[in-house]
Amino acid sequence: MPNRSDIQARAARLRVSFEAAGGLVVDPPLLQPAGTLLDLYGEDIRARAYVTTDALRGEQMLRPDFTVPVVQMHMRDGAEPARYTYSGEVFRRQELDPDRMNEYVQVGYEIFDRDNPASADAEVFAMIALQVRGLNLRAATGDIGILMAAVQGLNTTDRRKAALMRHIWRPRRFRALLDRFSGRVELPESRKKLLSTEGPLTGTSVEIGKRSRAEIDARVEALREDATVAPISENEMLALEALMAVRETVPYALEQLRDIAVDLPAITPALDRLEARAAALAARGVSVENLDFEVSFGRTSMEYYDGFVFGFYAEARPDLPPIASGGRYDALTRQLGQGAEIPAVGGVLRPDLILMLEEAQS
Amino acid sequence: MSLKLGVPSKGRLMEKTFKWFEKRGVTLSRSASDREYAGRVDGVDGVDLVLLSAGEIPRELAAGRIHLGVTGTDLVHEKLPRWEQQVEQVEPMGFGQADLILAVPQSWVDVDTVDDLDAVASAFRARHGHRLRIATKYHRLVREFLTDGGVADYQLVDSQGATEGTVKNETAEMVADITSTGETLRANHLKILSDGPVLKSQATLWRSRSVVMTDKEKAALKQMLALLRGES
Repeated sequence: MPNRSDIQARAARLRVSFEAAGGLVVDPPLLQPAGTLLDLYGEDIRARAYVTTDALRGEQMLRPDFTVPVVQMHMRDGAEPARYTYSGEVFRRQELDPDRMNEYVQVGYEIFDRDNPASADAEVFAMIALQVRGLNLRAATGDIGILMAAVQGLNTTDRRKAALMRHIWRPRRFRALLDRFSGRVELPESRKKLLSTEGPLTGTSVEIGKRSRAEIDARVEALREDATVAPISENEMLALEALMAVRETVPYALEQLRDIAVDLPAITPALDRLEARAAALAARGVSVENLDFEVSFGRTSMEYYDGFVFGFYAEARPDLPPIASGGRYDALTRQLGQGAEIPAVGGVLRPDLILMLEEAQS
Repeated sequence: MSLKLGVPSKGRLMEKTFKWFEKRGVTLSRSASDREYAGRVDGVDGVDLVLLSAGEIPRELAAGRIHLGVTGTDLVHEKLPRWEQQVEQVEPMGFGQADLILAVPQSWVDVDTVDDLDAVASAFRARHGHRLRIATKYHRLVREFLTDGGVADYQLVDSQGATEGTVKNETAEMVADITSTGETLRANHLKILSDGPVLKSQATLWRSRSVVMTDKEKAALKQMLALLRGES
């Protein structure tokens, strides 16, 4: 195991190379207000982050990552365009696996730029690839924006699309919704019973709690409406399934995706962006012909990413988490921007894992 | 040192535990004074009785400060991460049955499943500007159950007692609580979601995995387990 001072020294070196590329050094506080993170991630974050409290500021979390505070800082008073870099500890609560570290150093590089997203994606990826080039890692890439575009383009109601969009990052739930909306599974008995009735249903029971009778009646009405909607067609379902299964090197993936776009034309702009990104990556010397691309990559673990995503993995050490990872998070800037928004992309490296792999090599 | 047996220190749970052991030839008794938390074990040599709150027994087992302990499955699963590695189930005891369930107001005619709950949580948050609040003391179990079910936009609020009343008081929209008959829930105008329960619980005898025993303690444990399992 590399020792702490070696890790800090390597982190400093990595940060210097990001500074040289134009990154402004930022150093967000270790303690973050818990409310922001809870609003973004929901209760699940409590299983992953350490929570502490005091009487004045209430619940606070030991920062589980840098992205959220960096976005907040930029949205508050950042210049445009901006590049940031940082290095420091992040903390992850561990309840299940004693071999996973609960504190480790991350070094990151983030770009906030409206002009050329493809070029910014390629810059972040290439900068990080450069830092790990000797380690023989496998790079995996994806683009959550493609699946999002496919959902938005489905021939179904806005309500159904919104439900699917909300669960893009929860593949099992997403699947269950798709099965229901396509009529592949039957409605539960309780729903059938509800739909067999007419008129308002809330009349007889005692009304308690904050959810009002009007809200309940509105949902019953929405469910009745939804029951009359035609299922998502078999054709669209097959195309969507083919889409989610695409796993190829970038050029072949693009070819397959263009075929699928015949049935799901709404993904075409997202595919144009993928193609532009591939060109920008190639221009930075990335060997795109050998780069893996998976449409479903990053759907389980990277909740705020909504476009390009990537990870670098040590093939010989499948027990290790990614050595580096990152992606585009335009929507996060909107959520934290209080009305403002800006396209943004970034990535982080793990200097401790880099040193560990280097030690194993020598 | 003697083998230490931890049992609940008061109420019906204590009485039923005493009866369960009695039936198997092990007599547990509290000291003469009702106020003093001390007692004795007859029928097996070398065993000490430790009277504890049922809620503390999982922790004491995990720390290895008691060898055997009686408490509910719910408390072991809630309080001990990776409980299988810390304690071993010796015998389910057949009393103290209760289910950890999710319950919503009866007036929510549109909600019967976790699926419904997720949809409602989303609409509720959009309308009221905060996440749908679930009052409970079983934070870990409920969170794991809802994560597994893919529910988002909810918030757990801590409630250590009178949980069923939180909805009426508008400090929560629904509850996750232990119930055996559902009586209290109905009286508070709540109904149980159909695709539960989160956990089925009963009083159970557990053995600590984290304690190193002397020969004398091992002998006492062997004798005790043989008696309890009717093997002698």
